[in-house]
Amino acid sequence: MNILISHIAVPVLTTLALMFASTQKQVRTIAAGGMTIQLIQSLVLLYLFLQERAGGNDAVVLFKQSFAWYPSLGISFDLGVDGIAVAMILLTSIVIFTGIFASWEVDKLYKEFFISLIVLAAGVYGFFVSLDLFVLFLFFELAVIPMYLLIGIWGSGPKEYAAMKLTLMLMGGSALLVVGILGVYFTSDVEGVRTFNILVLGQHHIPIEMQRIFFPMLFIGFGVIGALFPFHTWSPDGHSSAPTAVSMLHAGVLMKLGGYGCLKVAMFLLPEAAQEMSWIFLILTGISVIYGALATVVQTDLKYINAYSSVSHCGLVLFAILMLNKTASTGAVLQMISHGLMTALFFALIGMLYSRTKTRIITEMGGLMKVLPFLSVCYVIGGLASLGLPGLSGFVAEMTIFVGAFEHEDLFHRVATIVAVSSIVVTAVYILRVVGLLLMGPVRNEGYYNFPKAKWFEKIATVSLIVGILVIGLTPLWLSDMIRDSLGTIVDKLVLK
Amino acid sequence: MVEQVPLNHALIITTLMFFIGVYGFLTRKNLITMLISVEIMLNAVNLNFVFFDHYLFPGKLEGHFFSLFIIAIAAAEAAVAIAIFINLYRNIRSIDVEQVDKMKY
Amino acid sequence: MEFQYTIWIVALPLLAFLINGLGSGKLPGKISGWIATIAIGISTFLSYQTAFQYFSSPSRDKIIAFKTTWLRFNDTLHIDLGVLLDPISVMMLVVITTISLMVFLYSQGYMKNEKGYDRYFAFLSLFSFSMLGLVVATNLFQMYMFWELVGVSSYLLIGFYYDKSSAVAASKKAFIVTRFADLGFLIGILMVSFYTGTFDFEILTNPDNLSFSTTASFLGLSTITWALLLIFMGGAGKSAMFPLHIWLPDAMEGPTPVSALIHAATMVVAGVFLVARLFPLYHAFAPTALEVVAFVGAFTTLFAALIACTQYDIKRVLAFSTMSQIGYMMLALGVSGYGGEEGLGYTASLFHLFTHAFFKALLFLGAGAIIHAVHSNDIREMGGLRKYQPITHLLFLIACLAIAGIPPFSGFFSKDEILAATFATHPIYFGIAVAVAGLTAFYMFRLYFIVFWGKEKTYDHTPHEAPTIMLLPMIVLAVGSVLTGFIPFGHFISSDGQSLDLHINWSVAITSVAIAFAGIVVAWKFYKTESDSSDKVARSFGSVYTSALNKFYIDEIYILITKGIVFRLIAQPLAWFDRNIIDAFMNLLAAITNWISSQIKEFQSGQVQKYAFIFISGVLIIVLSFIYATQ
Repeated sequence: MNILISHIAVPVLTTLALMFASTQKQVRTIAAGGMTIQLIQSLVLLYLFLQERAGGNDAVVLFKQSFAWYPSLGISFDLGVDGIAVAMILLTSIVIFTGIFASWEVDKLYKEFFISLIVLAAGVYGFFVSLDLFVLFLFFELAVIPMYLLIGIWGSGPKEYAAMKLTLMLMGGSALLVVGILGVYFTSDVEGVRTFNILVLGQHHIPIEMQRIFFPMLFIGFGVIGALFPFHTWSPDGHSSAPTAVSMLHAGVLMKLGGYGCLKVAMFLLPEAAQEMSWIFLILTGISVIYGALATVVQTDLKYINAYSSVSHCGLVLFAILMLNKTASTGAVLQMISHGLMTALFFALIGMLYSRTKTRIITEMGGLMKVLPFLSVCYVIGGLASLGLPGLSGFVAEMTIFVGAFEHEDLFHRVATIVAVSSIVVTAVYILRVVGLLLMGPVRNEGYYNFPKAKWFEKIATVSLIVGILVIGLTPLWLSDMIRDSLGTIVDKLVLK
Repeated sequence: MVEQVPLNHALIITTLMFFIGVYGFLTRKNLITMLISVEIMLNAVNLNFVFFDHYLFPGKLEGHFFSLFIIAIAAAEAAVAIAIFINLYRNIRSIDVEQVDKMKY
Repeated sequence: MEFQYTIWIVALPLLAFLINGLGSGKLPGKISGWIATIAIGISTFLSYQTAFQYFSSPSRDKIIAFKTTWLRFNDTLHIDLGVLLDPISVMMLVVITTISLMVFLYSQGYMKNEKGYDRYFAFLSLFSFSMLGLVVATNLFQMYMFWELVGVSSYLLIGFYYDKSSAVAASKKAFIVTRFADLGFLIGILMVSFYTGTFDFEILTNPDNLSFSTTASFLGLSTITWALLLIFMGGAGKSAMFPLHIWLPDAMEGPTPVSALIHAATMVVAGVFLVARLFPLYHAFAPTALEVVAFVGAFTTLFAALIACTQYDIKRVLAFSTMSQIGYMMLALGVSGYGGEEGLGYTASLFHLFTHAFFKALLFLGAGAIIHAVHSNDIREMGGLRKYQPITHLLFLIACLAIAGIPPFSGFFSKDEILAATFATHPIYFGIAVAVAGLTAFYMFRLYFIVFWGKEKTYDHTPHEAPTIMLLPMIVLAVGSVLTGFIPFGHFISSDGQSLDLHINWSVAITSVAIAFAGIVVAWKFYKTESDSSDKVARSFGSVYTSALNKFYIDEIYILITKGIVFRLIAQPLAWFDRNIIDAFMNLLAAITNWISSQIKEFQSGQVQKYAFIFISGVLIIVLSFIYATQ
C-alpha cells in the first residue's frame, strides 16, 4: 500500500478500533498504539523520501498516486509529497503522539475525546498529502470541525464562547478559501477538462486581474488560521479554553496549515499578484510579529502568553513567506516545524502544571523549579528554544528567515526586517519573565511540596518533543536542504523584481 | 342548439370563488372555516379545469381526470386536517388559528 | 603541522556538561566537580600544546584546524562550525582554559556545601565550552552562536541561587541587556554578510580582497560603518561598555568563582576580542566606527573608575574596576592603527586583556575567599583581615599592585603600552587614561586597606584562611600576575602579524607610576585606619559623590524606559487594544449578525394566516409583474 494512503488509513482505523473499546485503559492503549505506528511510519516516510532523493529522483513530488473521484469536474484524489510535506507530516506525527500522552488522564467521555482528536489528525494528514485543491479543502474542513467539539465539550473556562469564536472565525477564512479556490479553478487557462490539481494548475497562467482578486482571498483565508493580524483573536481565547492536547495540536499543527497553504497554494498559483501585493501583507505580518510579542509581555495567564507568542512566531512564518525567496521560505518552513514542537511542548507543560497547581496565573505561582525540577527544566528548554538559543530549533529557523529577509536591499524590506528582528529581544523579555516568576524564586506555597513528580507518560510527551527540538537545533543541515530542494518549484515562479 | 355560455363568464365565476376562498382563508379565525375556504379555492380550481377542458380541448378528458383527482385528494386532506384540529383542540381547548403559533421562531 | 586535536579543547567541556547535566542529582558525591575539572584540565594541556606548536613556527597565518558546514542559507552564505587558529584565538584559548581550570579547582572548595553542586559544574562546563567555541570561531555566525550560548550560561550561573529573587532579577537583567546588544550584533552580521557575501573571518579580515558592492549611506555614515557600529554594539553589551553596562554590577549576584571566570576574566572581554577579530575590517572601512570604539572605551573607563571609588560591596567595586579596565582595552583598540608601530594599540589592548585576566581573576577569587570567611559582601563589615587570612592578604596585595600598574607586576607593562599608544596621537584620551590609572590605584587600595587593615570588626565566628584547594589556584594566578608582564607579547600578537618589539616608554611610565603611587598614598591616608576624613572629603564633592554612589542613576533611567515606557506605555496599551478594539471588533461582527437575525425572526410569527397573506401577495405581485412585462 502506498505509504501516504496508510498515513490517512492508520488514524481512520484507529478511530474505528476506538469505537469498540470500552474501558479507559483500552481506549488509551489503542490510541497510543495507533499513533505510535503513525509516528514510526512517518519516520519511515522520511527515510524513504531521503533515499529516493539521494537516488537521484528529483520529481517535484514523490509517492504520487491518483484516484479519479468526480472526473467530469476534474476532481480527483491526488496524493504526493515534497520535502515540505514530509517535514510537516513528521511534525504532525510527533505532536499527535505526544498529545495522546499529554491527555492520558482525560476521564470525561474519554472515548469520544480520543476519537475526535484522531479524526482531527486524520484531517491534517489528508491536508498535507493532497495535491488536489478540492480534496485539500475537504481535509482542511475535516481538521477544523472536530475542534469545535473538542473545545466545546472538554474545554475549560468560557469554553462555548471560545469554541464558537474559533470555529466561526476559521469558517470565515474557509469561506474566502472556497471562493479563492473556485476562482483559481475557473480562471486558469487549462485546456479541456478543468482540474483542481495544484501541480497542473501551477503550470498554467491565470490572468493578472483575476490574480489580484483571488490572491488576497486565499492569503487571508489561510492567514486566518495562521494567526495573521488582525484575524488572530481566536487564538488567545481558543487556546486558553482548549484542553491540553487540543491546544498542542492546534497551535502545533493546525496553525501551520495556514503557512503551508499560503506558500503552496496562494503563492504558488498566483505568483504575480503575490509579488504585487506582498507589501501589504508584509506590513500586516510585521505587525503580527512585534505586536504579538509585545502583547505577550503583559499577559499573566500561561496559556494567553503562549497564544500571543504563537501569534508572534506564526507571524514570522508568513512574514518569511512574503519575502519571496528561497532562503526566507526555507526559514518559514523551519519555523513552522520549530514552533510546532516548542509550542506543543509549552502547552503540554502548561497542562501538566495546571493539573497540579490548579491555576494558570503566573503571579499566583512561584518556585516550581524546586518542587517540580523535571517539568521546570523542560519549560526552561522550551523557553530557550523559543527565544532562539543556538543548538535548539528556534535559532535555526529564525536565522534562516533573517538572512533570507536581508537579501532584499530596499529600505522598505530592510525596515520591516529590522522590526521583525527586534522581536527577539521582546521574546527574551517575556520568556525570562515567565521563567523568573513561575519557576524561580522562593516556593510559593507549602502545599507545593506535595505535588506528584512527573509521571511516566508526562515524561514521554515532553522528552519526545525536546528530542525533536534538539535534533533540528543541532543538525539542521539535512532538514534545511530537504526543504530548500522542494522550494524550487514554488520560489522560481516568484522571480525577484 | 343552445348557445354556449362564453368561457369568460365561467372564468369570472371561478375567479370570484377563488378569491372568496382566499379572503376566507386570510380572515377567518376558526380553523374549520379556514378549511372550508381552502375547499372553496380547490373547487374553483376544479371548475377551471373542467371549463378549460371543455372549451379549449373538447373531446379530451385530462381536465376531468384532474378534477377527480383533486376531489379525492381534497377529501383525504380534509380528513387529515380535521384529525389535526381535533388533536389540537384536545391539547389547547381551542381551534382558533391565532392561538396555534407554537411553530414560531 | 597538524592541529586536528584542537577540536577536543572545545569538545571536552561539552562532554563534561552533558555528563553532569544529564546525571544531575544522580552522580555520586562530588564526582561531578572532578569530571568537569579533569575535562577542562585536558583542554588546558591541549591549549598549551597548541600555543607552543603555533607560536614556535614563524608564520602567523590563520589555520583552519577543523571545519564542517552546519547550516546552508543560500549559495554563498552558510554557517560553518570549525576551529580557527591564529595568534589571538590561540592566546584566548590559553587564557580561557587557564582561568577556567583555576576557577574549577577553586569552586570545588567554594561550592562544597552548596546544593546543586552537579548543576553548578554542568553550567560552568557549558560556559567554558561556549567561550572556547566563541574564540575559535571560523566565521561571524559561529561566533554569534557561541556568543548567545555564553550569554545563556552566564544567565544560568548568575541565577544559580534561583530561589533568591535578587539573583533571578539580576540574571534576567543581564540576559536582556546583552540580548538587546546582540540584536545590534545580529543586524550588523546580516548587513556585513549581505555586502560581502560571506561570514568567513579568513575573507573578512583580509580587506584587500573585499569590495563592497554599495556605497549607500544612511544618516551621513556609509552602510558598512553602520554595520560595524552595530557589531560593536554587540561587543559593548557583552563587555559592559557604557551605556550597556548596567547588567555587570548586578551580575555579581552569582557565586563568586563565576564572577571571577565569566564577569571578570573571559566573557566580558569577548567584546574586545570581537573588535580585535574584525580589526582589519574596522580599520580599512570604518575609521569612524573605531573612533566611536575609542570614545566609548575612554568614557567607560573614567565613568566606571569614578563609581568604583564610592561602592561598598566588594564584588561591585571589582565589577566596576573590570568595566574600567575593559574600557582601557577598547580605548587602545580604538586609537590603534594598522601595522608596525602604528598598531601598538592593538597589541597593547590584547596584552592588557591577557594580564588583566590573571590579576582580575585573582582579585575575585581573593574576594571569594574573604566572603567565604566573613559571610558578607559589604566592606564596611570587614577590617583587619590580614591577621586571619595572611596568604589571601598577600595574594590580594599582589593583584592590587598589578592592577594599579606598579612595576614589575604585569599590569604595569600592559597599561604602559596602552598609555603609550594614546600618548602620541590622542592627548585627551591620554589624560583620561592617566587619571584613571590614578583612580584605579586609589579604589583598589581603598578596598585593600579597608578590608585587610582598618579597624577590626566583630565577626560571628573567627574568619579563617581558605582551604588549600582554594588557595592553590590563587597562588597560580598570583604567579601569573607577577610574571606575565615579561612575556614579549608583541612577538606573538600584532595587528599585521609581523613581530613588534614592545619597549617601555619611560616618560609615560614614570608619569603613570607616579600617579598610581599618589592614588595609593591617598588611599592609605584615608583608609589605613578608620577615620571620618574620607567622609569629609566625599561630602565636599557633594552631588558628584552622591551621583557616583548611585552609579550616576543609569539604572533608574533604564527602569524608567523599560518599566515606565515600554511596559506601561506600549505593551499594556497594546494588550488592551488587542482585547478591546480588535477582538471587540470581531465580537461586534458576531453581535451584528445576531442582531439582524433577531430582527428578521419576527417574520416567523407562527401565524398561518400571516404566512399565507405574504405568500399570496408575493404570488400576486409576481403574476402581475409578468403580465405587465409581457405587454
